[in-house]
Amino acid sequence: MPGTQTETPYVGSIGMEVHAELLTESKMFCGCRNAFGGKPNTRCCPVCLGLPGSLPVANRLAVELVIRAALALNCAISPIAKFDRKNYFYPDLPKGYQISQYDQPIGSGGWLDIEPEAGPRRVRIRRVHLEEDTGKLMHLPTGESAVDYNRSGVPLMEIVTEFPPDMSSADEARAYLVKLRAILTCIGVSDGKMEQGSLRCEPNISVRPAGSAAFGTKTEIKNLNSFRAVHRGVQHELARQSALLRRGDRVAQETRGWNEARGETVLQRVKEVEQEYRYFPEPDLRPLHIDDAWVASIRASLPELPDTARVRLVEQYGLSATEADLLTQTAAWTAYFERAAGLCGNARATANWMMGELARLLNAAGIEIEQCKAGPEALAELLAMVESSKISGKMAKGVWEAAFESGEAPAAIAARQGEQISDADALGAVLDSVIAAQPDVWSALCAGDEKKLTFMVGQIMKQTRGKANPGEVNRLLRDRMPGGAQ
Amino acid sequence: MKPLTHCSLRALRDAVRSGEVSAREVAQAHLDRITEVEPAISALLAVTADDALAQADAVDAARSRGDKIGPLAGVPIALKDVICTRGVATTCGSRILAGWKPPYDATVAARIREAGAVMLGKANCDEFAMGSSTENSAYGPTRNPWNLACVPGGSSGGSAAAVAAREVAGSLGSDTGGSIRQPAALCGIVGLKPTYGRVSRFGLVAYASSLDQIGPMARSVEDAALLLEAICGLDPLDSTSVDAAPFTATAVTRGDIRGLRIGVPREFLGDGVDGPVVAAVRAAVEALCAMGATAEECSLRTVRHSLATYYILAPAEASSNLARYDGVRFGLRAEGGSGHAGMTEASREAGFGAETKQRILVGTYALSAGYYDAYYLRAQKVRTLIRRDFDAAFERFDVLVTPTSPTVAFGIGEKSDDPLAMKLADVCTLPANMAGIPGVSIPCGMDRGLPIGLQIMGRSFDEETTLRAAYAYEQATHWHTLRPEVNR
Amino acid sequence: MPLTLDDVRRVARLARLELTDDEAAVQLRSINELMERFESLRELDVEGIEPTAHSAPINNVLREDAARPSLPRDEALAGAPDAREGCFAVPLILEAS
Repeated sequence: MPGTQTETPYVGSIGMEVHAELLTESKMFCGCRNAFGGKPNTRCCPVCLGLPGSLPVANRLAVELVIRAALALNCAISPIAKFDRKNYFYPDLPKGYQISQYDQPIGSGGWLDIEPEAGPRRVRIRRVHLEEDTGKLMHLPTGESAVDYNRSGVPLMEIVTEFPPDMSSADEARAYLVKLRAILTCIGVSDGKMEQGSLRCEPNISVRPAGSAAFGTKTEIKNLNSFRAVHRGVQHELARQSALLRRGDRVAQETRGWNEARGETVLQRVKEVEQEYRYFPEPDLRPLHIDDAWVASIRASLPELPDTARVRLVEQYGLSATEADLLTQTAAWTAYFERAAGLCGNARATANWMMGELARLLNAAGIEIEQCKAGPEALAELLAMVESSKISGKMAKGVWEAAFESGEAPAAIAARQGEQISDADALGAVLDSVIAAQPDVWSALCAGDEKKLTFMVGQIMKQTRGKANPGEVNRLLRDRMPGGAQ
Repeated sequence: MKPLTHCSLRALRDAVRSGEVSAREVAQAHLDRITEVEPAISALLAVTADDALAQADAVDAARSRGDKIGPLAGVPIALKDVICTRGVATTCGSRILAGWKPPYDATVAARIREAGAVMLGKANCDEFAMGSSTENSAYGPTRNPWNLACVPGGSSGGSAAAVAAREVAGSLGSDTGGSIRQPAALCGIVGLKPTYGRVSRFGLVAYASSLDQIGPMARSVEDAALLLEAICGLDPLDSTSVDAAPFTATAVTRGDIRGLRIGVPREFLGDGVDGPVVAAVRAAVEALCAMGATAEECSLRTVRHSLATYYILAPAEASSNLARYDGVRFGLRAEGGSGHAGMTEASREAGFGAETKQRILVGTYALSAGYYDAYYLRAQKVRTLIRRDFDAAFERFDVLVTPTSPTVAFGIGEKSDDPLAMKLADVCTLPANMAGIPGVSIPCGMDRGLPIGLQIMGRSFDEETTLRAAYAYEQATHWHTLRPEVNR
Repeated sequence: MPLTLDDVRRVARLARLELTDDEAAVQLRSINELMERFESLRELDVEGIEPTAHSAPINNVLREDAARPSLPRDEALAGAPDAREGCFAVPLILEAS
């Protein structure tokens, strides 16, 4: 952390630029498919290759998705927005300019509320605009580069926080990104996949001595491919800058890359002069006139946002704030929870099961909840079986693992594995043999040592290989104890 | 019947449709003419004889099957080499695109093919359509069929010369500041710059996107109108194309010009305009009045700023449009220079000519930090003032009549070392691009054996009235019937 | 104010044009000659005048979000000066993005 008790304390300032690829079927300005991966240069046409003579035509859905995101981020929507050209040379930029938005972005003046451990905070958002993604560079063994333009022209949204920055710690930076991702995935604008680069975050960081009004020189960090990397990267950079200042050195204005393996940021390039982008209005595209009716229809189509959902989950299902947070991390989680809880009628069990077993299995498999073969119906079915004592909690774990693997209905799996033994005669025989084998324990129990009950039940479960109905076993044992019904 | 190469586009189309001649005969006659005169003229950068004959055969086959054949059936055409043609080299008159074969057709190329026209070749032009003489082509100048020592004008000089020399019946050019109208004037043919948005720019290699417009060049107003009818209209691939009221050639040739109100802006007849040109334009106005039009002198106060406005806006857009020539995806890659940036610099150094470089430099400067407001933004505001002047004039007049070019064709090499003098050749045509309005040039006289052009400008999307005035004048005069000899 | 040779060099660098000394000198002369003509624009009062970026006041030209076939890869790469492994090959990138 910047600053210690014995030395000058430093205060961090963190701004954030986030780029999100939009969930459209086709690219921003042409009909090529917007998808991830695939053979290089197979989703290209004259437009996204920047061939001479080609012209862009803007994708309506992409415009609407940015309006959608801007609304969800409490932005004002510009009644007139336009596209501009940002001119610079780089081999991944086919036209020698990127079509972007300069002085009339779609959204501006928004905010997002975060609640890191240090307390709630409002992060102001300066602008939300629409642009196109670049191609991808790969390195050839010869030292040369190879360009793949499949990503070129994919619709890209940029979200920039306000200056002066509202964030000052790595916790806040992470909380901002977690919340932003939750909102963008919830409203169907982005898939939020940081590891695939469809959601990219570039924090800019500076530190200054506590009490100083002037902001320090800022650096920008790239290559942050996970929430964890964002947290570690920001933390490392705050510490690095503080250490420089403490030594009496200067912070250089530069771009630094996060090296996950080494756990530090490394210099990528020094920004000597501000790039000259020579922005000017894109003559090939008409301006956007976004009237109230258009905005209203998009606003009306917005789903419940994570903040609202979180409050509702606490009130409606009696969940804790932490539970509600986890279950609203993406819209898919919320939907899964509500469907399962609604079907089985036990919200508490649903929440526990999702945060425990489901999260564990998803993590281990490295997949998202959307790809999970066992849907909310399966979970509800499982929990209902537990509730009605058709299977034991222990057995349920096994059934759930099998359902998660295969997608088969839990009831069918349980049936195959054998139903629970609830039959009094069948259980009676097992009881007799266990009592006979453990005369001392049985005597102690009968004498009032209630703790021995758990041991006896355990022994019976062991003999039936977990299939005995524990409730029934409990009842039968008590029946046989002195003062019992028998 | 006259020799096929002497026939109008309309006459050829009618003859092919009626079966009087085959499309193959028409194509072959023009290919023969190309072989004969092309060594003297150098109007074409590529002659696509095999494709042309195959396409002519397809038209003939369709006709003999009784299939519907298009409104330009069998008409031999050339396209300016800034218009992309699938599989056919499209060089823009630049070394940087030598041999580049686009994998797609421009919308206009597809539309004229669908209309049954037969493309015989690609026409020479100033590099990336930047120039007024076709001397800026990396592939050598085109010569004026009226006088081989003279330029054909530019930048669509090849398109104009090929039509004037009867190598083709019509052609398509592009006009950013006069590049269709000025060479049409200098070669004694008809050239129309349509309203911005009337014709799709998809597949037109961009020079200055907010000004570029493709248009027809032919030997008569009716022929030009037929070409425009075939290529105009909304294109979903061009966001700047407009869904305007449809244009038909028959509307042009029907009716008269009685009551037509003509404005004659004095700014176009002042210093720098040759005496014989002024006299020819005044005579043309009289001729129009004799047919029932009324004429009045008027003033467009801001048009004198068109040249400065144009030479800020067009180079600014060009500097951006030409950034894609980086030696990566297409075109020339020069050896030398270190790394990717060095390769790009070397390729652009070797691939672009001096005029293109100058416009890139001026445009980059006009957009650069600290100069944007003083140059680019101010020029866009002046453009608004120029448009307003035209709007006001069109409240009083239906068309405006001016010279197309202040002079007749000048000698090859005469202005090569004086880029500014060359730029002044467009002073009469630039304003229509600033305002986005249609303008047509038609022959209206001769001076020292070289044609003089009359420019008629009309309201936005009113090509009909503009061309009707041109048609009426043409029908009453003989200038368009004169033919250059083309002495080798 | 006329441009200097340094201005021309700076702008040439921005535009990725490598000019020889002779070329730079010639360009400087003709650019300054042209830019003298721009001075006349200063006479005009453009206060409060909207800039014209587009010639017709048409807005919201948008296409529906539908995928269409792309070019076959060999056609996409056909014009490339150096195509390798299905990609456009470029020399070592020394400059920063």
